[in-house]
Amino acid sequence: MNDLTPNREERTANLKGMGCARKRVEDARFTQGQGNYVDDVKLPGMLHGDFVRSPYAHARVKSINKEAALALPGVVAVLTAEDLAPLNLHWMPTLAGDKQMVLADGKVLFQGQEVAFVVANDRYIAADAVELVEVDYEELPVITDPFEALQSDVVLREDLAGQTEGAHGPRKHHNHIFTWEQGDEAATNQVMDSAEVVAEESMYYHRTHPCPLETCGSVASMDKVNGKLTLWGTFQAPHVVRTVAALLSGIEEHNIRVISPDIGGGFGNKVGVYPGYICSIVASIVTGKPVKWVEDRMENLMSTAFARDYWMKGKISATKEGKITGLHCHVTADHGGFDACADPTKFPAGFMNICTGSYDIPVAYLGVDGVYTNKAPGGVSYRCSFRVTEAVYFIERMIEVLAIELDMDAAELRRINFIKKEQFPYTAALGWEYDSGDYHTAWDKALKTVDYEGLRAEQAERVEAFKRGETRKLMGVGLSFFTEIVGAGPVKNCDILGMGMFDSCEIRIHPTGSAIARLGTISQGQGHATTFAQILASEIGISADSITIEEGDTDTAPYGLGTYGSRSTPVAGAATALAGRKIRAKAQMIAAYLLEVHDDDVEFDVDRFVVKGAPERFSTMKDIAYAAYNQAIPGLEPGLEAVSYYDPPNMTYPFGAYVCVMDIDVDTGVPEIRRFYALDDCGTRINPMIIEGQVHGGLTEALAVALGQEIAYDDLGNVKTGTLMDFFLPTAWEVPNYETDFTVTPSPHHPIGAKGVGESPHVGGVPCFSNAVQDAFRAFGLRHTNMPHDHWRIWQTANKLGLHD
Amino acid sequence: MSDKMHIKLTVNGEGREFLAEPRELLIYALREHLNITGPHVGCDTSHCGACTVTLNGKSVKSCTMFVGQANGADITTVEGLGTPDALHVLQESFREHHGLQCGFCTPGMITRAAKLLEENPTPTEEDVRFGMAGNICRCTGYQNIVKSILAAADEMNGSEQGQTVEAAE
Repeated sequence: MNDLTPNREERTANLKGMGCARKRVEDARFTQGQGNYVDDVKLPGMLHGDFVRSPYAHARVKSINKEAALALPGVVAVLTAEDLAPLNLHWMPTLAGDKQMVLADGKVLFQGQEVAFVVANDRYIAADAVELVEVDYEELPVITDPFEALQSDVVLREDLAGQTEGAHGPRKHHNHIFTWEQGDEAATNQVMDSAEVVAEESMYYHRTHPCPLETCGSVASMDKVNGKLTLWGTFQAPHVVRTVAALLSGIEEHNIRVISPDIGGGFGNKVGVYPGYICSIVASIVTGKPVKWVEDRMENLMSTAFARDYWMKGKISATKEGKITGLHCHVTADHGGFDACADPTKFPAGFMNICTGSYDIPVAYLGVDGVYTNKAPGGVSYRCSFRVTEAVYFIERMIEVLAIELDMDAAELRRINFIKKEQFPYTAALGWEYDSGDYHTAWDKALKTVDYEGLRAEQAERVEAFKRGETRKLMGVGLSFFTEIVGAGPVKNCDILGMGMFDSCEIRIHPTGSAIARLGTISQGQGHATTFAQILASEIGISADSITIEEGDTDTAPYGLGTYGSRSTPVAGAATALAGRKIRAKAQMIAAYLLEVHDDDVEFDVDRFVVKGAPERFSTMKDIAYAAYNQAIPGLEPGLEAVSYYDPPNMTYPFGAYVCVMDIDVDTGVPEIRRFYALDDCGTRINPMIIEGQVHGGLTEALAVALGQEIAYDDLGNVKTGTLMDFFLPTAWEVPNYETDFTVTPSPHHPIGAKGVGESPHVGGVPCFSNAVQDAFRAFGLRHTNMPHDHWRIWQTANKLGLHD
Repeated sequence: MSDKMHIKLTVNGEGREFLAEPRELLIYALREHLNITGPHVGCDTSHCGACTVTLNGKSVKSCTMFVGQANGADITTVEGLGTPDALHVLQESFREHHGLQCGFCTPGMITRAAKLLEENPTPTEEDVRFGMAGNICRCTGYQNIVKSILAAADEMNGSEQGQTVEAAE
């Protein structure tokens, strides 16, 4: 109300709200070494736990002798399945409806399986004692191939012997877990039988691992005086962990406090519940002291949740002009020794049924058979919504194979089959309702930016030059167009262990006009403390700099299902906006009282309420916050707080168009990425700087998976890639600079139109890198070759095609 | 225990003394005896660089050195690079250019980058990518890390020139 009042633009800028490239509030701590990760938790009298793990992939455990270990000074306890059995904690339920041994109960099913848990005064003594535990094993035949498992007489899961019904229906064989079918197989087959063109391909999406830089770990502290258990851990879903801990331990849920401190990357690895968490809890209950367990890198790669391992067989039909008429997909899914897949309960193969991709395909069928083998359990979504990377890789390879079959340009084939803008909301043949999209605009923008025609002309010249012997480098143009399905999920469809997949936000406005908001999610590097404050700033007119965001402490945060599957912005972000609107609604009443007008006569304006038609009469949010605490306003409770639990009406469907240009040296098999262009449409953009960072990171994880990263086993079930010497994590030296771009197609059902972005680049990136490698050889007759395309495999491809002759 | 060694280190300019088994890795000695938790353990095999410290003027992966070997050394960790009131240029630059996400690699990354810029104050992008190849980041894809370091180099050169001018005056 004076001349110094900043104008509307300045006031908007001061909020640092939606759309602003706000610098991260997290960074001050992290850049000064003041992060607080689980291994930084140090409590008085804390003990350290370490596992005795099986060197065999399949063996009977005949006996365990703890004596020598217990005799070592400093060793406090050695736990085995026998010790956990009276508490009924020697097995635990998995997220997929199966159960998993916490400690080996009679046998082991994969190399690295947890056999005994040693607890000692420090980590060195614990490690020494692990060596002193004598385990007598009797080796059993090892099966690492799911197709062999389905033929074999060897029963891997003796505990399930005779059970013909699993959590997801009938089991066909003693090593079979489930069959999951979606779509109409008869109608699909009929279309295939009469189709003008049918392309078939089998592909293996290899087993890999999310491998965040921080491994998994926990610190359990049982306070026997107060009966309270506090559990710090690397949990992407702390509230669910609390509920599971209550159900398993019998400790009432109000007496359990779960804290996810700073998490050093998750990428899906920290969704599940691992034996180490359970053992640290039991050990703390048994010893009465805090117990820390932090796995090392080899343990992380060998025993915690892997990703992918899908054997996919596809059939795609089309007219001669390239209009797709049907899609058939069958997957043999290798789940390892236990089905510990981290998917919503009703989706044993996750959202693999998004495999019709971005295309208008009238009829489709998907069948998935889950199988046990002697490999580590898991099946997590590594930087993707549930199994979406597999689905998108499948369809984007099938498109390329169909293009070869039709002798057509793969970009054009995509274009003529995209779901059209006017078809949204679009119901796909396998059931999902895509909320919004404008694929043609995105595709045209991408192709134009990279000069697609120019690239193809250059490639054709290169092929000729190669044939003339003037170069030994081929050129590949990798394309991919992806549609993600994220933001699980409507509670009616999606739950984790019975907990509906809603999310939440609780806001308290302080008297002096700053605020704290707490959410049911947990950042693992995504920058929630920065971006959720931006959403709220725009909704309630308080600067993001005056809003603290807190997550990960179940004693203070409202219940939520956590952060994975790009669900934080679509679900908790929506809860944040809606809780903010509740604050605003009450603020409007307070403003009307302060301005002595009717509620309907004031309107929200950036950071204040103004009297309609008289903007010089206003009450700022700061004034309103103070009034909420110091004035007796008739008919209103004091205070200014709100909570919102958000059950999304649908998933969100971010999409994108990627192009990779690659040169490949046929004599060394070394690929060189010349250019990578990534256009992402994640709907409304909250913080462009963070979006760009997420895209860079997701693409780099895609590069890793496509070009070399795998969890490989030998025939005896030995893990061949158990350290970072063998397990490929790209360094700054191998990674290119990426060009990022965007279109904006807001989600029509999300309160702020945001769709989520963290995982899109991984989902779209893997097929793009792979297609680039394979496209380089298309002119020489390559139809399909499996990832990972490491130098040796690329060299072999060139060799098989006679390019070394 | 009788086999413990009397260790003397200078850490971030401060003399520190403690008893440790000589087989203890330097990273655990820093983290657990001295509560210096900036450096992290990421891989145990000296690939990831999350544990990087500067030891007697060289970048060292503290997960691959016994504390016994480090006895007497002068060590700088990320905690010793700047103060909350006077951040190191790299600490500012990583924030400015979004050179970090989960933050787990960041202390090692910044410590290594500080040494790199000491060794080569005017690096090219290629120099930075090669010089940082011993530090793995799983979140950022490195693009913004490289940008942060190059920007810090510019900034440091700028301010040094400024100081030179000041001194000349």
